[in-house]
Amino acid sequence: MAQGIAKAPLPDQRNLAWYVDKTVQVLVFVGGISAILLILGIFVFITKEGMGFITQTLDIGEFFTSPNWRPTSENRPTYGALALIAGTASVTGLAMLVAVPFSLGAAIFIGEFATGKTREILKILVEMLAAIPSVVWGFIGLSIMNPLIIDLFNVPVGLNVLNSGLILGLMAAPIMTTLAEDALKAVPDGYREAAEAMGATRWQVIFRVVFPAAKNGLVAAVLLGVGRGFGETMAVLMASGHSINIPTSPFDSVRALTATIAAELGETAVGSDHYRALFTLGIFLFAITFLINLTADLVVRGPRKR
Amino acid sequence: MVTPTRDRQPKVQVRDLSIHYGGKAALAGATFEIHEHEIFGIIGPAGSGKTSFLRAMNRMDLFNPAMEVGGEISMDGKDVRKWKNVYALRRRIGVVFPLPVGLPMSIYENVALAPRLGGTRKRADLDVIVERCLTRAALWDEVKDRLDSLGSLLSGGQQQRLTIARALSQEPELLLLDEFSIAVDPVTTMKIEDVLKELRQELTIVLVTNLVQQARRLADRTAFFLTGELVEVAPTEDLFTGGASDERTTAYVEGRFG
Ligand SMILES: Nc1ncnc2c1ncn2[C@@H]1O[C@H](COP(=O)(O)OP(=O)(O)O)[C@@H](O)[C@H]1O
Ligand SMILES: [Mg+2]
Repeated sequence: MAQGIAKAPLPDQRNLAWYVDKTVQVLVFVGGISAILLILGIFVFITKEGMGFITQTLDIGEFFTSPNWRPTSENRPTYGALALIAGTASVTGLAMLVAVPFSLGAAIFIGEFATGKTREILKILVEMLAAIPSVVWGFIGLSIMNPLIIDLFNVPVGLNVLNSGLILGLMAAPIMTTLAEDALKAVPDGYREAAEAMGATRWQVIFRVVFPAAKNGLVAAVLLGVGRGFGETMAVLMASGHSINIPTSPFDSVRALTATIAAELGETAVGSDHYRALFTLGIFLFAITFLINLTADLVVRGPRKR
Repeated sequence: MVTPTRDRQPKVQVRDLSIHYGGKAALAGATFEIHEHEIFGIIGPAGSGKTSFLRAMNRMDLFNPAMEVGGEISMDGKDVRKWKNVYALRRRIGVVFPLPVGLPMSIYENVALAPRLGGTRKRADLDVIVERCLTRAALWDEVKDRLDSLGSLLSGGQQQRLTIARALSQEPELLLLDEFSIAVDPVTTMKIEDVLKELRQELTIVLVTNLVQQARRLADRTAFFLTGELVEVAPTEDLFTGGASDERTTAYVEGRFG
């Protein structure tokens, strides 16, 4: 302690820092609450619009097992969502087949091998890819992939599961790459160093030490990609062919849940059965994406073993 | 306790070793030998180049493009930089870092990982290795009932012993320890020191330490590094009993600086 600098004891007074702290606390609280209220509001709204229909008119069995989506039929409208679910599932499935290896590979390269400038440039590029609007991807599907698929595979239509799956995969890959790379980066360098000092090769370090340590984050990255696939509308609407089908080959055109809502909602009378049937699809989608995100979230927190 | 330096064949021969980071010297022109079955102490203030020497020894300089190594470090007469398979070299050298690193897997897997990567598959063989290494690291009794729990959940002192068990899991000929006691309680430190005295019978130990008294307790011979210079190498007891040939060594071991 320096001599001669007499220091008065701190008075017990609320000062500026104290007030700033309290204000920020209140603001953060209000922000958090309004986010929760907003989600609840949306949930209540779509449930209210669809619920009456689900309990009174809709045949749940038909909804899940019939491929016939004919909400505008004059004599007997049917609300079978199976083909739409199959359409969404097949496109998302193919998209993940593309996106998972792609994004994990890119994340490994960026996170574990690239250094300095290369790494920074790649990260920026990936983030730019993630920012491409989905309508642009749909446009690529429509005007580039479509003729390409027709030529390459000699099929009459190029708007199908293959096209939209590829487009959706390319679309989901950048964000998955970023998340996966974050997960790899969160693994302490000490783990890598300890393993390499032991004589492990680069690949052994990645597969035996880094991956297990980053497992939760990697699974979450994949699940969020799946959620993105389920929820994507525009690109799928444009590239899938939008025809009701249970696909048996990648060259079949399909129609997705989201695309159905987007394409039909504008033409329905508010409150009509058709309108409410579309809300039912919305509730279903909401439930699925909610489950996926919840799973991703639980995985990230990681049920710690013992 | 001092074992007189007999005519042992040098395990490690360091000739005119220099280490630079991006042109800046961390170690310059060091020449010394490390004998088989001795504990070779390295003391010196922070920034003397002690860690840099260890990193060059097991080729961890490969991780850092800015680190340049000149001169020669030979193990059993063969320059470590002439090894065709650097992973095989590293498997013969165990390393213990200053901060304990329990890998995020079970205690069992922490020790079994390196043998597994080296090709040992049979569970029975791995069981033997795990028990032997944990026993040699004085940790077996504390963890034998919970080998399946996470290694990273052990206390700091236990994790450091786990690290030692892991370093021993491939039967190394050389064990490098870098300030192992920095994050370890005194009781564990004494346990580990006893372990090292035992291990001297089986392998050669390089003990980098920031505690001169630890070097005095354990090392047969000790090197004094000072800002990139190898000041001297001598039987440890000589350094502490006025036999140092350099005034700076005496000053350092007496705690007058550093
Ligand atoms: N990765 C590195 N990059 C640049 N300089 C380094 C690096 N590691 C060590 N150095 C420098 O090399 C010198 C010796 O460091 P080090 O070997 O860690 O010493 P010690 O282990 O004796 O404390 C110091 O001047 C330090 O700043
Ligand atoms: Mg050091």
